[in-house]
Amino acid sequence: MTPPTSAAASGDVPIEGSSAGDRAYRWTTTGFALVIPILLLLIGWEVFAAGWPALKTFGISFFTTSQWDAVNGRFGAAPAVFGTIVSSLVALIIATPLAVGVAIFLSEFAPRWIRQPIAFLVDLLAAIPSVVYGLWGILVLVPFIRAHVMPFVKETLHLGNFALFSGPAYGPSMFAAGCILAIMILPYISAITREVLLAVPRSQREAALALGATRWEMIWDAVLPYARSGIIGGVILGLGRALGETMAVTMVIGNRHELSASLFAPGYSMASLIANEFSEATSDLHVSALMAVGAGLFVVTLIVNAIARWLVWRTGRAQGA
Amino acid sequence: MIMATTSSSVSVPKKAAGTSRPYRDALAASTAKTLRRRRVVNRVMVSLTYVAAIIATIPLLLILAQLIKRGGASINWAFFTQTPRPPGEPGGGVANAIVGTGVLVLIASLIGLPIGIGAGLYLAEQRGSRLATVVRFLSDVLNGLPSIVLGIFAWHMLVRPFKHFSALAGGIALAAMMVPLVTRATEEMIRLVPVSLREAALALGYTKWRTSLSVVLRTALPGIVTGTLVAVARIAGETAPLLFTAFGNPYWSVSPMQPIAALPMQIYNYANTPYDEWVSQAWAGALVLIGLVLVISLAARWATRSRFGLGGD
Repeated sequence: MTPPTSAAASGDVPIEGSSAGDRAYRWTTTGFALVIPILLLLIGWEVFAAGWPALKTFGISFFTTSQWDAVNGRFGAAPAVFGTIVSSLVALIIATPLAVGVAIFLSEFAPRWIRQPIAFLVDLLAAIPSVVYGLWGILVLVPFIRAHVMPFVKETLHLGNFALFSGPAYGPSMFAAGCILAIMILPYISAITREVLLAVPRSQREAALALGATRWEMIWDAVLPYARSGIIGGVILGLGRALGETMAVTMVIGNRHELSASLFAPGYSMASLIANEFSEATSDLHVSALMAVGAGLFVVTLIVNAIARWLVWRTGRAQGA
Repeated sequence: MIMATTSSSVSVPKKAAGTSRPYRDALAASTAKTLRRRRVVNRVMVSLTYVAAIIATIPLLLILAQLIKRGGASINWAFFTQTPRPPGEPGGGVANAIVGTGVLVLIASLIGLPIGIGAGLYLAEQRGSRLATVVRFLSDVLNGLPSIVLGIFAWHMLVRPFKHFSALAGGIALAAMMVPLVTRATEEMIRLVPVSLREAALALGYTKWRTSLSVVLRTALPGIVTGTLVAVARIAGETAPLLFTAFGNPYWSVSPMQPIAALPMQIYNYANTPYDEWVSQAWAGALVLIGLVLVISLAARWATRSRFGLGGD
């Protein structure tokens, strides 16, 4: 690589670690590193400060009441909080088994020639911009759900009277949002799961096989328990993504400020509430209310991510990786 | 293949052999049955993972197919060279939005790259220090923050006080997304550089900072370029942080102080309209955006494979 020039070796450069250049370098990189905590603090501070007027006015009822009336200055974000949680849970229920299945397939069963292409395609899902998912969702997925999935569940399966599937089939719905989110978080969960599975020592697998376990029993009894907390970490990381996802959800969730038990009813999410109303917010209190929603999102994703990272880190450490 | 042949439960009848024939036979029959069941379960579950892999790739193929079909139909020369027309008027393009995305990415990179690489150097070199642990953790947390939160943060800090939207505010919001990505990529790549290389440079009389910059960083460069390109691909497709910062602009603008158009925002605005021309432009825009992201991602892979052979995923 770069051979040292004779100037560097000729002795006019002090060798001790505390030369002025070294100190400057150390301070500079430390400074850059400090930008990250400062930035995070600044984001938290700004968003909270801006949301404070609304939080002070409405107190805890801001997150528990469901009246959102910009004209009369009444703000309760419960439907958005509810929609965020429900759509994310739907996404997790769909995505988790798929993602773990893909990860197991890729790390244990896939023939060598197909491993790379499938891994590439799944990774590619993470590269597709949110707005493109939204576009596809609103113009392809939602019409499909309205024309096929909803009638199928309601009429063919006769589940239309269940609260979970009741109401008219508009198309844009919590369910549609959950489906889009499931596709979007699948690559994240599967990437982490694969990483964690690869960190499980070979001896663990060999021991199980030597005891006569089938290949599935090896996975189920010897590999998955070992990787459990890492996989849970990956799932929670996916949850974090789903909770904060904005564009795709805004485009398919229907944006209606109502609490409804039905997955087929349109709803709202915290992120889509901000995306939708922010530029139209006129009163200061309205802006502050949206900022408060953002602050809520900040805190929730902060906690969720912290838990996820801790779990993944713990598994990694157990293997000394 | 080591498929199930014996199991721990099989050793029981061997010990019981000779004591009582019927018992042994019954036990043998039941183990054969168990074995068959276990094999069936094995086959079913293994097949299910194959099915999962197939299902997981279907949405991607569907999306790409739609993009090519619907987007390909409305891509033409004007799409890349003209600015948007009002609804109802055919033609027009998103040239300003494509350039706008370029400007935004450039601003974000100018701010985000030095910070990310500097912080990555720190994390790799002060690996054990308490600050490094905290920063590493917080950079992951920052990476997980919803982009819309970065958007309203940038609005509150950079748009509200100046009372107008600007490309600079959008670029800074994107930079905040870029920093954690570049930081972790840099750290990982620098960790891959052999310690012997650093020691050799120090032994030859290089100062620490010159060793870090001209030996270690240079060796890790292809990997860092990859990480940077991945980060660029990610922020180039972002919409949420730009909605209230860069805001969008139907006209040509490259000024950092003015509102600026961006391709993802343009897609979002067009997708939500009842006008067929605009919807088909949204598809075309999405196709271009995906193309852009794919080219950058492939370039990232290529950068990893070239030269030093360091790096990898």
